[in-house]
Amino acid sequence: MKDAKVIELEEVAIRFSGDSGDGMQLTGTLFSDTSALLGNDISTFPDYPSEIRAPQGTVGGVSGFQVQFGKKKITTPGDLAHVLVAMNPAAVKANAAFMNPGGTIIFDVDSFSEKNFEKAQFKTNDPFTELKLEDFIKIPVPITSMTKESLKDLELDNKSVLRCKNMFALGLICWMFDRPLDYIEGFIQKKFGKKPVIAEANLKVLHDGYNYGMNIQQATPQYIVHPAPIEKGTYRNINGNLATAWGFLAAAEKSGLELFIGSYPITPATDVLQALAERKDLGVKSFQAEDEIAGICTTIGAAFAGHLAVTSTSGPGFALKSEALGLSVMAELPIVVVNVQRGGPSTGLPTKTEQSDLLQTLYGRNGESPLVVIAASTPSDCFYYAYLSAKIALERMVPVVLLTDGFLGNGSEPWRVPAMAELPPITPRKATNPELFKPYNRDPETLAREWAVPGMEGYEHRIGGLEKNAAGAVSHDPENHHINTEIRAAKVEKVADMIPELELVGEPEGDLLVVGWGGTYGHMISSVRAMQDAGKKVSLAHFNYIKPLPKNTAEVFSKFKKIVVCELNLGQFASYLRDKVPGLHYYQVNKMKGLPFSVHELVENFEKILEA
Amino acid sequence: MTKFNYTAKDFKSAAEVRWCPGCGDYAIMNAVQKTMADMDIAHKDFAVISGIGCSSRFPYYMSTYGFHTIHGRATAIASGVKSANPALTVWVITGDGDSLAIGGNHFIHLVRRNIDLNLILFNNKIYGLTKGQYSPTSDRGKISKTSPFGTIEDSFVPGQLVLGSRGTFFARAVDSNVKHTQEILAEAAQHQGTSVVEVLQNCVIFNDGIHDFVADPKFRAERQLFLKKGEPMIFGEQEDKGLILENGHLKVVKIGENGITRDDILVHHPEEDNLGLQVALINMALPEFPVAMGVIRSVEAPVYDQEMKKQIETVQSKRKVSCMDELLQSGNTWTVDGENCSEPVKFFDNKCFG
Repeated sequence: MKDAKVIELEEVAIRFSGDSGDGMQLTGTLFSDTSALLGNDISTFPDYPSEIRAPQGTVGGVSGFQVQFGKKKITTPGDLAHVLVAMNPAAVKANAAFMNPGGTIIFDVDSFSEKNFEKAQFKTNDPFTELKLEDFIKIPVPITSMTKESLKDLELDNKSVLRCKNMFALGLICWMFDRPLDYIEGFIQKKFGKKPVIAEANLKVLHDGYNYGMNIQQATPQYIVHPAPIEKGTYRNINGNLATAWGFLAAAEKSGLELFIGSYPITPATDVLQALAERKDLGVKSFQAEDEIAGICTTIGAAFAGHLAVTSTSGPGFALKSEALGLSVMAELPIVVVNVQRGGPSTGLPTKTEQSDLLQTLYGRNGESPLVVIAASTPSDCFYYAYLSAKIALERMVPVVLLTDGFLGNGSEPWRVPAMAELPPITPRKATNPELFKPYNRDPETLAREWAVPGMEGYEHRIGGLEKNAAGAVSHDPENHHINTEIRAAKVEKVADMIPELELVGEPEGDLLVVGWGGTYGHMISSVRAMQDAGKKVSLAHFNYIKPLPKNTAEVFSKFKKIVVCELNLGQFASYLRDKVPGLHYYQVNKMKGLPFSVHELVENFEKILEA
Repeated sequence: MTKFNYTAKDFKSAAEVRWCPGCGDYAIMNAVQKTMADMDIAHKDFAVISGIGCSSRFPYYMSTYGFHTIHGRATAIASGVKSANPALTVWVITGDGDSLAIGGNHFIHLVRRNIDLNLILFNNKIYGLTKGQYSPTSDRGKISKTSPFGTIEDSFVPGQLVLGSRGTFFARAVDSNVKHTQEILAEAAQHQGTSVVEVLQNCVIFNDGIHDFVADPKFRAERQLFLKKGEPMIFGEQEDKGLILENGHLKVVKIGENGITRDDILVHHPEEDNLGLQVALINMALPEFPVAMGVIRSVEAPVYDQEMKKQIETVQSKRKVSCMDELLQSGNTWTVDGENCSEPVKFFDNKCFG
C-alpha cells in the first residue's frame, strides 16, 4: 500500500455539514477542542437554521459548523473551506459556494439517492456537475452503511445506530488531520456515562472512522498543521456567550457584589442566561422572567437593591426592554444589558449574525436617554468587555449596553485565561455619609450619583421615572429638567476619561483608514493585514467604545486620505460617525446576508476604494 | 415589648400629598403607615415599589426606601428587589389599570412564583390619572370617556385572577373602613409569600361612589360578610344570616328559619387549600349575596425568594468551584509553554482603567 499524500498547511478550514439532527455542531465542537488542545489557534463559526428539526434532507434544514485552525494567529473561521464533510446532497448544495477552489469534499455516498437529490431540489442525479464542482477532490465514503456494519453486533435500534454516523465522520477527519482521539473519547465516556451501550457504540464508530481513513489512505490526502506560536499560559476554548457570562462573574467578585441576572430566553443570547444559571456555586441569582420586560425590570429591581444586575437579550427583546432601559437612565441605576445581535427587523434571522441594532441601542428610547454603548470584538474578549461594562456601570451609576452578536456569541476560540489579579479594580459608588446623602448629589468630576440601597440605615430615599431635583423630590421645574437633561448626557460623555484612546493597526497615516466595530474584528484585521502585506498604506481602526467614542477619534481620522466604514447593516455606525465626527467623507462597505464578512470581499472593496 | 416603638408618623415623608381631597388613597396610606409601625421591623428594611397611576405616587409620601417605576412593572421590579435581598420587607402599590391591564402578565407571574411581597391593589374600576377611561375591572356597560356608549367587555374579578394564578393569599377590604383595612394589611404582612389585598377604593373625581352600594357604612352589616378564620360565615344587622353549601353552591340562609342553627353555617378556613369554596366566596355579589371581606385565602407554599436562597446554599455546600480563579482554570484547559511562545500580554495593559 502506498503512503498517503501528506499536505503541510499554515491554516485550514473545515466545514461539517448535514441535517440539523445529524450532530454536526457537536462534531465540529469536538474537532475544534481537539485542535485547540493540540496547540493550534482556532476560530469557529456555527451556522444553523432556526428550526430545531427542519425537514430532513432539504437545503433549509442544513446545519453547518466551520472551524479554521493553523500554526499562526487565526482571526476568522475562514472565508472558504478547504474540506467539506457533507452528510447528504443538501449539505453539498448549501455549501458549494463556500468552498476553496480545488478543496476536498467528503460525502456520505449512501445518502446520495434519487430521493435525497429530489429533496435537495437537484435537477439531475449528478449534483457535483450540477454545482460545477468538477475540479474538487471528492471522496465518497459509505458512512451510513459502515456505521450500521460497525454496530451490527450491538443490540441497538436503527435510530440509535444512525445517530452514531457523525462519529464515523469525525474519526475519519481526525485521521486526515492527525488528531489524537483521547479528548473525544473522554467526552463520549462522560456524556454517555449512564448509557454504556451508547458510549460503546459511539466509541466503536469513532475508531472505525479513524481506521477507515488509514485503510483507504491512498485515496485521501493527509494534512499536517503545526501548533501556533502563541503566548504562554493556561488556555481554554471559549465562545462569546460563555465569555460574556464569565466576565460578569468576574466583575461581581472583583466589586464584592452579588450577581443577579433577570432574563428571558431568546436566540442567540440564551446561553448567557444558561451559563449564569449554572453558577449557583458562585452565588449567582438567576431569574428566568415571564417576558423580556420583566427580565430588565427584575434586573433594575436587583440594582436598586444593591446587586450587580445584568440582563441578556437579542434585538426583538432589546426593543421590548426600551421603556425600562429609559427608567434606568432616569433612576441612574447601574445595570448592564447584553444584546447578542441577530438579523432583523422583527423576528428576522434569529440564528444569523448582524450588527443592525446599533441605532436602536443608541437612540431607541423616548426622551433624551443617553447610555454607554460598548461592543466586544472577538469571542474571548466578550469576557473583558462584559467586565468593563460592569465596571463602568458601577463606578459611573449609568446603564451600559454591551453589543455582541450571533457570530461572537456562538463562535469560539482558544483563550489564555487571565488571573483575577490581572483585572483592574471595581469600586461601586456606595454612599458613605448619610448626613450628606441626597439621591441626586453628584461627583463633580464624573457626575455620577451615589448608590444607597434598602437596608442601609439613614439613607432612606425615593427614586423613580419622574424628573427629580438633586434632593430627590419630583420636580417639573423647567430649568431643572433642562439642566438634568444636559447632566445625564455629560455623565455618559465623561466615561471617555476611563476608556483607552483609539489605537490603530498599522501606520498612523496613510491612504485608507478601514473602520469597523464589534464582531467583525477578525475579518477586518485579516483583510487589512492582507492589504498591508501587499504594500498598501492601509490601517485599521476598530471600535469597541461606541458611546462615548474615544477622545482622539477625530484626530486619528484626520490623518487618512480616505475612510471606509464596514459593518453588517446599511451604514448605522457610518451615520453615527457623520454626526459625531463631521466634515469627512465616509465610504461604506455593508453586508446584510446574516453572515460575517469574508476577507476576500473586504479586500476587493478596499482596492476599489483606493482606486476610486 | 417592641424594639422600635414606631408610630405611623415615622413612616410619613416630608413630601406634600397631592391626591384629590376626599380620595380613598389617604385612608389606605394611613392604614399602611400604621401597619408598618406595628410590624416592628427596622425602618431601613422597608421598600415601597409602585407603578404608574394615582395610587403609584404612594412611595413619595412614605419615608422608607421607595421606587416609583413605570406602568405595570412594579410587580416585576419588586420581584427583583426581593429576590436580590429577601431580608427586606417589600410592598407593592398598584391599581386596577397598572396591575390588571398593562402589567397583567407580571402580576400573574408574581402570584404564581409566590415571592414574599405585600401587594395592595387599589381597585377604583377606572383610570384616574388619565382622567376617566374604563379599566379592566369596570363593569360591562360602563360609560366612560373611552366607552361613551358603554363597554362591551366583561371585567376581571381580581380574586379570581389571583387564585387562578395559584395565589396563596387574597384578601379584600374597603378604603373607608380603616380599622378593618389595617387588620387585613397586618395579616398580609405576616403571610409568607405573595399577599394580594384588593382595596375597594373610591375615586372622587372620575368614578365617585362606584363602591357605595357595597361600602356604605349604614348597610355594612347587611351587604358585607367579614370573614374570620375559624368563625362561622355570619352577617346581618342581627347576625342572623349565614352561608351554607347546598348542592355544591353557596346559599344565604336565615338562622332560626327552616330549622337552620348556627351550627349549620359554614366555618371559614382560609388556611385550607379549598379553591372551589374560596373562589365562590370571591364571586359573591349583591344583591343575592353579601360581598366577602377579609382574608379569603391564606395557605402555605414554598416562597420563591427563600427557595432561591436555599438552592444557592445547597449548591454551595458541595461546590467544587468557589471563586473565579478556580472557575477559569476548571474543565478543559491546557498549558502553553513552548520555546517559541511569548510572554502573555494582559488585556488591560496599556489601557487607562484606573
